[in-house]
Amino acid sequence: MTTVSSAWSEARRSAREHGDYRPLVALIPYARFLGMRAETHEGRLRLRLPFRTALVGNPNLPAWHGGVTAAFMENTALLHLLLQLDEHRVPKSIDFAIDYLLSGRPQDLYADCSISRLGSRVAQTQIRCWQSDPAKPIAVARAHFLLSVSA
Amino acid sequence: MNPTPFHELLRRDFLELSPHMRECGLRATAVDAHGALVTLPYREDWLGDSESGRLNPGIITVLVDSCAGLAVLASIGAREPVATLDLRMDYLRPAFRGGDVQCRASCLRLTASIAFVRATVWQEREDEPFATAQLVFMRTAAARPPTGAAA
Repeated sequence: MTTVSSAWSEARRSAREHGDYRPLVALIPYARFLGMRAETHEGRLRLRLPFRTALVGNPNLPAWHGGVTAAFMENTALLHLLLQLDEHRVPKSIDFAIDYLLSGRPQDLYADCSISRLGSRVAQTQIRCWQSDPAKPIAVARAHFLLSVSA
Repeated sequence: MNPTPFHELLRRDFLELSPHMRECGLRATAVDAHGALVTLPYREDWLGDSESGRLNPGIITVLVDSCAGLAVLASIGAREPVATLDLRMDYLRPAFRGGDVQCRASCLRLTASIAFVRATVWQEREDEPFATAQLVFMRTAAARPPTGAAA
């Protein structure tokens, strides 16, 4: 029988040793719903959200739904933490703040995350999201998460 | 304040015109000059973690951004393009599987170019919100006056 914590360790092993992130993404039903893909790019975890019409907010431009851009970035931070740390559950969100810089054109979104501070209970993360040019982010965000208290 | 025919039209059409809001099944239940009330029907896709049964923060951000955008147009009293400049979420307590999610957003102040919005999100009781949010929108049409117009 597969226990929940072994599902997490299996998913992490698959990601760390084989570069297959699908089991990790699959443990977050909403990330799977969005269609998030994870990959390693120049030694860093990078998330991609392939464009599809069902994720459009404003059909006139058309542009990504701003809430989806934010949701993609929040889940980028969650997946980054799950991969970097040995959490056996999804960290709890404390807060999240996003600044929108450019409208999201109908192309794939990319995001990466860095941990600015890692305490024993709280992690502070910074997330960047871009489309064709990583040097021109369409949004930047920060978020705090509550980690599992170690035994 | 009683809804005007414009508010009733917004309530019926606004969410329906956006592919992603339609995809999520968002329903506007009340719209007037004070703000908007939007319901997100529960789905297993919204989970952040199947084991704990907590909702993912991302789908809550989608709900909040949608409801706040609706509140801005309701406050303006006309359809015009607006863009989210920033959004901040505070997750006061977890939200759990099974219950529909409600969001109420109101526009605190509307200027010629900016709208300030506050929102609360709950499942069972409005007086026990599980998240609160603050957003700022830009009225993008107002940012580009027609050639020759006074600023």
